[in-house]
Amino acid sequence: MTKKIVLMGNPNVGKSVVFSRLTGAKVISSNYPGTTVDFSKGRMILDGETVEIIDAPGTYSLEPDNKAEKVAFKMFEDADVVISVIDSTNLERNLYLTLQMLESDKPVIIALNLWDEAKHLGITIDEKKLERILGVPVVPTVALTGEGIKTLVSRIKSAKSPKKIKPTSEEGRWVEIGGIAKKVEKFEHRHHTLRDRVNDLTIKPLTGIPIAFGIIFVCFWVVIFIGEKLSFLITEIFEIGYKPLLLDFGEFIGDGHLYHILISQDYGEVAFEESLGILSTGLYLPLAIVLPFIIAFYFMLSILEDTGYLPRLATLVDNVFHKLGMHGYGIIPTFLGLGCNVPGALATRSLETRKQRFIAITLLAIAIPCMAQMAMIFGILGPYGLYYIGLVFLTLIVLYVTIGFILNKFIKGASPEIFLEIPPYRMPSFRTTVKKTWMRVKWFLREAIPFMIIGVAVINILYTVGLLQELARFVQPLMEGVFGLPGEASTAMITGFFRKDLAVGMLLSLDVNAYQLVIAATMLTVYFPCVAAFIVMIKELGVKDMLKSAAIMVSTAVVVGAVLKIVLLGV
Amino acid sequence: MSKKGIPLVHLQRGKTGRITYIHGGRHGGPHFGHHGHHGFHRKLNVLGIREGQIVRVDSKQPFMGPITISIGNCQMTLGRGMAHKIIVEEL
Repeated sequence: MTKKIVLMGNPNVGKSVVFSRLTGAKVISSNYPGTTVDFSKGRMILDGETVEIIDAPGTYSLEPDNKAEKVAFKMFEDADVVISVIDSTNLERNLYLTLQMLESDKPVIIALNLWDEAKHLGITIDEKKLERILGVPVVPTVALTGEGIKTLVSRIKSAKSPKKIKPTSEEGRWVEIGGIAKKVEKFEHRHHTLRDRVNDLTIKPLTGIPIAFGIIFVCFWVVIFIGEKLSFLITEIFEIGYKPLLLDFGEFIGDGHLYHILISQDYGEVAFEESLGILSTGLYLPLAIVLPFIIAFYFMLSILEDTGYLPRLATLVDNVFHKLGMHGYGIIPTFLGLGCNVPGALATRSLETRKQRFIAITLLAIAIPCMAQMAMIFGILGPYGLYYIGLVFLTLIVLYVTIGFILNKFIKGASPEIFLEIPPYRMPSFRTTVKKTWMRVKWFLREAIPFMIIGVAVINILYTVGLLQELARFVQPLMEGVFGLPGEASTAMITGFFRKDLAVGMLLSLDVNAYQLVIAATMLTVYFPCVAAFIVMIKELGVKDMLKSAAIMVSTAVVVGAVLKIVLLGV
Repeated sequence: MSKKGIPLVHLQRGKTGRITYIHGGRHGGPHFGHHGHHGFHRKLNVLGIREGQIVRVDSKQPFMGPITISIGNCQMTLGRGMAHKIIVEEL
């Protein structure tokens, strides 16, 4: 059995930075990062022996009161050695968890992390004295620069369980902690720093809200910029490196059903965006169109997280989100959903009640297009101008707010208030950001890309056997009569159940004007989540609630389509 | 501990106070999601919201939005309902 070393600590103490310092390149993340229960696992060599390093979810105590803390507690119980990571700038409250761990019989070693920040704030901690009082090794660290990490590693073997402090009550523990802090901690007066100024500006509504708009705008601009560049590059690889091979392979298998399914509906022609072959569109769409934007999106998201901006954003938007039945943290699933609805739906777990989760998931499915879909919407409406893209997003925002407001009025249940910690702003570590982005992209490759390829395959097969056309004929009258779209748009609508991006792409081949494209693109976003997201949503909400939610989606789509037809087409 | 003072929510922005009492923490009061009362009270404690601690109001979001406070080096955002239950003595 490999020895398990578990990193425990409060949220926002730089635990994951310590983790990435300790572990090598091979890091596995076992649950989706961004959900409440995520953790990473890695390996390191310790005295010639390979040991496992586990980064437990942040927790405030060993008495778990939510899923994440339960996971952390389990990991603590399974640990061979525990590294307690403490935020030196907040010694007292961090000691609560540490003290609880010292009451058990697990060997513990303490990392006094953010040591430089504490110094900066005029806080000095006598680590030798703390070591004597607690009876376990105490090592000051600055994980960001790597300072102290070597010492930490070399002292892991001296981790012990001294049981110097006997189990006490919660009350007693605080008294104990107060005593310890008094003995080891000294404060000096400090000046108002630039960071305090920035913090003030970003959290006060008058300045904070414009800044928030600015930050979100810049983020999306960067995502689109990086995404387009990457997408262009990968497309080149497909066109120059892959296409000739595919055409050769096509000649080899010859015309027939196999050719239609694997390569293209038209023999001898390969257009990566619409050929529908598993080896053509099936690979091209996820890898060249979706993945670039996903990489760019997760990179920016990691930066937003690691700087500590998200809790401030949650504070600023809490007001609006509370009126929609959630609280400020509702912005997290929404944000994640813009990458891919699947992690977005998983992140709704960080909301406390059923009501909040129901509203969050329903709004996510209705009004939040994923990166794949957005890329396609930009692709088809871009040539007509920003105005048309704006119409789609304006409609979605109006829907998000109106439906949230209505659901909040009619769904029973409590929507508790916001309560979150605001960590100080920190320079994100490039290492950690890249690692985090890579872990999320890897997750996406593993969990979402297969769905996309299968989606294309299903559509292709339905098309080849003629079932897709049959189904489409069925909804055709609805398209023409109610939504003012050509009957063939129904093929795209059916396709949308499997792949939204592909469906949006299908609209291109229709003989429609820009307004009709706006209607179709909006309806494709609203009417249903893609299969992958739908399955996750069932898991999160249960069948009964998901059926209710789906009914809301479909009826919203019908109303929106009909209203847009009247407003935009004037008929 | 004395119960005198005003609810934290009435403390003006930029002002500091000492926490004298926390309503409904351990033995009931309105629910706080699935945390249960005990978990909620512990989280308050761990973030430094304990009797005797000094608290400063950093910002208040408009239209009954949440308020942001700091205690020691710890900053946090909480809803006004919760801020009603925390009694402080202005300093």
